[in-house]
Amino acid sequence: MKNSKRMSYAGILSGLLLTLSVLLMACGDNTATTAPAAATTAAGVTVTSTTVAGQAATTAASTAATGDKFKVAFVYVGPIGDGGWTYAHEQARLKLVAALPNVEATYLENVAEDPSTSEAVFTELAQKGNKVIFGTSFGYMDPMVNVAKKFPDVKFEHATGYKTADNLAVYQVRQYQPRYLAGIVAGKMTKTNIIGYVAAFPIPEVVGGIDAFTIGVRSVNPNAKVKVVWTNTWYDPGLEKTAAQSLLNAGADILAQHQDTPSTLQAAQEAGKYAFGNDSIMESYGPKAHLASPYWDWSPYYIDRVKAAMNGTWKTGSYFGGFKEGVVDLSPLNSVVPDDVKKMVDEKKAALKAGTLDVYAGPIKDNTGAVKVAQGATLTDDQITAIDYLVEGVDGSIPK
Amino acid sequence: MADIDVVKTLASAVVAGTPVLYATLGEILTERSGVLNLGLEGMMLVGGMAGFAATAATGNVFIGVAVSLIAGAALALVHAFFTVSIGVNQVVSGLSLTLVGTGIASYFGKPLVGQAAKDSFQTLPIPLLSDIPVIGPILFTQNLFVYFSFLLVPALFYFIYRTRPGLNLRAVGESPSTADAQGISVIGTRYLYTLLGGALVGMGGASISLGSNPNWQENITAGRGWIAVGLVIFALWNPWRAFVGAYLFGGMEAFQFSLQVAGVPISSYFLRMLPYLLTIAALVFTQWRLKDQTGRASSAAPSGLGLFYLRRERG
Repeated sequence: MKNSKRMSYAGILSGLLLTLSVLLMACGDNTATTAPAAATTAAGVTVTSTTVAGQAATTAASTAATGDKFKVAFVYVGPIGDGGWTYAHEQARLKLVAALPNVEATYLENVAEDPSTSEAVFTELAQKGNKVIFGTSFGYMDPMVNVAKKFPDVKFEHATGYKTADNLAVYQVRQYQPRYLAGIVAGKMTKTNIIGYVAAFPIPEVVGGIDAFTIGVRSVNPNAKVKVVWTNTWYDPGLEKTAAQSLLNAGADILAQHQDTPSTLQAAQEAGKYAFGNDSIMESYGPKAHLASPYWDWSPYYIDRVKAAMNGTWKTGSYFGGFKEGVVDLSPLNSVVPDDVKKMVDEKKAALKAGTLDVYAGPIKDNTGAVKVAQGATLTDDQITAIDYLVEGVDGSIPK
Repeated sequence: MADIDVVKTLASAVVAGTPVLYATLGEILTERSGVLNLGLEGMMLVGGMAGFAATAATGNVFIGVAVSLIAGAALALVHAFFTVSIGVNQVVSGLSLTLVGTGIASYFGKPLVGQAAKDSFQTLPIPLLSDIPVIGPILFTQNLFVYFSFLLVPALFYFIYRTRPGLNLRAVGESPSTADAQGISVIGTRYLYTLLGGALVGMGGASISLGSNPNWQENITAGRGWIAVGLVIFALWNPWRAFVGAYLFGGMEAFQFSLQVAGVPISSYFLRMLPYLLTIAALVFTQWRLKDQTGRASSAAPSGLGLFYLRRERG
């Protein structure tokens, strides 16, 4: 769940800007007219979003008029060039277009999550004749619920959310599965027994990922600890790198991450340590350091759903795909990983595909020692998507 | 606090502060001439993107840095034309510059996404100096962008306060009509320093894309241009204070994670807020203190800042 992507710089920056205009001259009105959508969220960042989204919106509008094709649209929270989360969705969109030539799939990037911006965007897309509209960030949830009510004939698909309606489906992938495999690699490769984890926001998607990764680590190396730092941002290359360095400074020799950029990998590469990518295959950003990337291939789902909408067989639902459905994977391992570890990862991957291995199988204790999943029990999908504790072996806490 | 490696954390702080320092120094030069350019974020992004692209094309990071300087100056030239020659409101023009710059950087940066930098400024310990305990690892085990900023700060200070052209620059910013009467070209000076400032801001962008994060990603600056806008005021338009301010910002950024790693029970939300809180507190404090001394607010700002200068013929 990608919640509140740009929250962190937000209020304070607009505050800064305001202070400035007050300090320097009484030009508040002019400022406001130049940057209409900057109002509520991050000054610098959202100002940007407006232009880019604005440009894209014009493209969408002009192509919409052309015609006969089945029109679908994608709304992205970040830039398609983030090299991570949004990049992965964009790759899937390209595959969708290649697979279904009669489909015209447009996208808008950098669409802010605040209701005033995103609701207007979804409404406009629905009015322009798009039949299926995908929103790829948690924060679009309520705006999509509202817009879906107004356009009963348009199918809405919301990534990482949990509110559904007759024409609003939700979808998510089992990110924890490849993260568990990454944990096995980390547990085998660490020499200091300290593994760092750069995490974005303490939401279930991230917390559960840390847990699965740690379960993987501890399954092969019960002495290893996973140290977590929270950046409270999805996208800030500089800050994420500083966070990664702090973990390296604390003795971590392997870094994992749940962020939208490859900064963690770069920090590891510079320090001569190892790291994992996230969301997309990030190897090119630090080939020496890159052990592997847990990544998601959304295209099977997108192709299925758009096909269904074209055939009239589309139904609402909550999709939660994993290895079995072929929508998540761990990229090929770095050549420094020993063959026996590679073999082990392949076996576990096969077991996850076959459904014979359950990452969250008990017993699982949290890092205060309380038993969370009893021996023989496991987590249901509803529990997985609401997980709110860090497991034994995690050195860190959930920020309050 | 026992677990915190203070030296390494401070070294991270210097890395984090350097891009902001370049942008702040650039904006100080520009504002000293009386031109307010809020387009820092856009110029940083364009500089970072162009520098990265040039390095990708030529394989030479020095050419990349030169291109980032030119790119920042080129964007600043647009601002200078609109505000100095035509008299467009400087706030409006500056904000537009951010929008335009971000768009240009994103658009032309598309094909660069996913490439690693062909060449970049790697950490280059200075012999002897880097062996000094504490100071060595913090200040002298860095990349060339950091070292150059060490030279730039005193150089700019000397230039602004101790040289004739620096005096002229300040005169134009404080009282353009007086400077004009003295025979200083107000328009020429404002063009020159808007361009020079823009070049430094562009280099600040390159210090990310060719230095600390050697690759190109959209919005790689993530708001640091705006931080620099605030730091200019914090610095009271003085390069030394900019140095302090930029490292304070970098230090806050670095220490929030060291504290987390050490398990200090402070909310990470609160820590994350600190750099900005500090900036605002510093702004308030400087304003309040100045008022106290001189009886009028904002006296540290060049008096002609933000105002269009139009020479009037004497009747």
